[in-house]
Amino acid sequence: MKTNLLEVCYLIGSVTFILGLKMMGNAKTARKGNLIGAAGMIIAILGTIVLFVKKDEAGVVDPNYTVPTLIYGMIGGAILLGTIIGWLAAKKVQMTKMPELVSIFNGMGGACAALIGLMEYGKNVGHTGSSIAIVLGIIIGSISFAGSVIAFLKLNGTMNQPIRLPAYNILNTVVMIAVFAFGGYLVFGQINSHMLLCALFGAALIYGVLFTVPIGGADMPVVISLLNSFTGLAAAFGGFLYGNKVMLTGGILVGSAGTLLTLVMCKAMNRPLSNVIFGAFGGGSAVAGPGSDAKGSIKDISVSDLAVLMNYSKKIVIVPGYGLAVAQAQHVIHELELLLEERGVEVKYAIHPVAGRMPGHMNVLLAESNVAYEKLVEMDDINPEFEQTDVVLVVGANDVVNPAAKTDPSSPIYGMPILEVNRAKNIIINKRSMNAGYAGIDNLLFYDPKSSMFFGDAKKALTELVAELKTM
Amino acid sequence: MELIRHAFSFFGHHQELIYFIILSVFVGIEVIGGVPTVLHTPLMSGANAIHGVVIVGAIYVMLNVNPSNMLALCLGFLAVLLGTLNVVGGFVVTDRMLEMFKKK
Repeated sequence: MKTNLLEVCYLIGSVTFILGLKMMGNAKTARKGNLIGAAGMIIAILGTIVLFVKKDEAGVVDPNYTVPTLIYGMIGGAILLGTIIGWLAAKKVQMTKMPELVSIFNGMGGACAALIGLMEYGKNVGHTGSSIAIVLGIIIGSISFAGSVIAFLKLNGTMNQPIRLPAYNILNTVVMIAVFAFGGYLVFGQINSHMLLCALFGAALIYGVLFTVPIGGADMPVVISLLNSFTGLAAAFGGFLYGNKVMLTGGILVGSAGTLLTLVMCKAMNRPLSNVIFGAFGGGSAVAGPGSDAKGSIKDISVSDLAVLMNYSKKIVIVPGYGLAVAQAQHVIHELELLLEERGVEVKYAIHPVAGRMPGHMNVLLAESNVAYEKLVEMDDINPEFEQTDVVLVVGANDVVNPAAKTDPSSPIYGMPILEVNRAKNIIINKRSMNAGYAGIDNLLFYDPKSSMFFGDAKKALTELVAELKTM
Repeated sequence: MELIRHAFSFFGHHQELIYFIILSVFVGIEVIGGVPTVLHTPLMSGANAIHGVVIVGAIYVMLNVNPSNMLALCLGFLAVLLGTLNVVGGFVVTDRMLEMFKKK
């Protein structure tokens, strides 16, 4: 009876996860979807605690077994403590710190999966299937944990440069082989050794660090998304171990959805995943020529014309986007801001909530180059100011300024609040090429008569602009 | 030969699970497909909360722990704590992100 009821709880949990994720795919229902998922999670957790039945090794139910109060107390204590810390961290932390927070929560899940594996291994020596699930759970969970911690430190600014270790490839390969060797030996040698288990755990942690360390800060959203799907996989292996359906659904759902999401993110950056993980950061990506069907004409503006225009403006608003992050142009844009302020131009930054793919991404980036916090103005506050703005400089942003979000009901971003830059007197758009933005849609703003394109890599183009301004 | 027989018997024993896994993979892909790309970040965060379901495993391990095994108790406590952080933090952060989408 209890077992059947528990299965019902898990079924409800699984369905809410699928439903919740589906609803999160639509702006109108997204928030409700998230809450539905959370409700399902609570049902699954409570069911697990309340409806527990002890089974012996052969799977026979022991009806007389009662769980010691100490254990209930510890579970309750851990949940209470985790809820308080998690809730406070998520509620109190500034919007700017959100990417880090997502990353570190992901790492917690990975660590949890790895710990389960470490605790269960001893009981399952000799069962090949279970051992494989456990060892893979430990490996993937540890990589996800260590990788998320590094991603956290990078987004945090503690580690803000991509690090190239000497003989990185050799080191990486050696550790990877070690992980597989330890894992394979444990499973197929049917070894019950704490030492070896710890060695596997340690090697997987090191691999997780090596995996994430060389990747640059702007690629972190992709890495977090990938590690997210890793943790999903680790949870699924746990589900496989216990034949637990809700862990399986939740884990696999996140594993497959997360992998797809990662690939989509990479595609939007015009870089294959392998390039993000193994490739050198920045620079080398190809610039595609103007390829979209023109809907009107596009104007170019030269560096010197732009410098003149800016020099004689009263008010300039800079709209930073993902292109700024990719080009690592946050320092030079701060230089531009200081130069203009020196000449009596009022400069502000307009921050769209989702600019840079991670909420708070732009704030983190600009804070890194010491842009004053008061200069970063949120969307609702800056939108009324565009009317009095002489020049809007859009740097590597696209979808967040696309007027289609307001005017075109068929557009995939329709309904998303945007920065209404088209109300300004002049719009300058810095882009590497005419490629569409993250959402892969055309931007009519570029064809606006008030718009001029300022092509080039953000860092290079802005450096030229600063140099030009200095001569004036 | 032995290995192949092993693999087949493994499949026979876990047939339903294997079907379940394959179908779940497709559900995951299907659920994400066709989502407007601007929602990808909150979706990632929401997915992050959902894989916190690993906490169910942690609780299960903990319920089976022998109370005289201090090491296991400590590890189990830690696992449940970490899992809770993932679940609670994940859902709350996602809610805060989605709150911004509502503002018009």
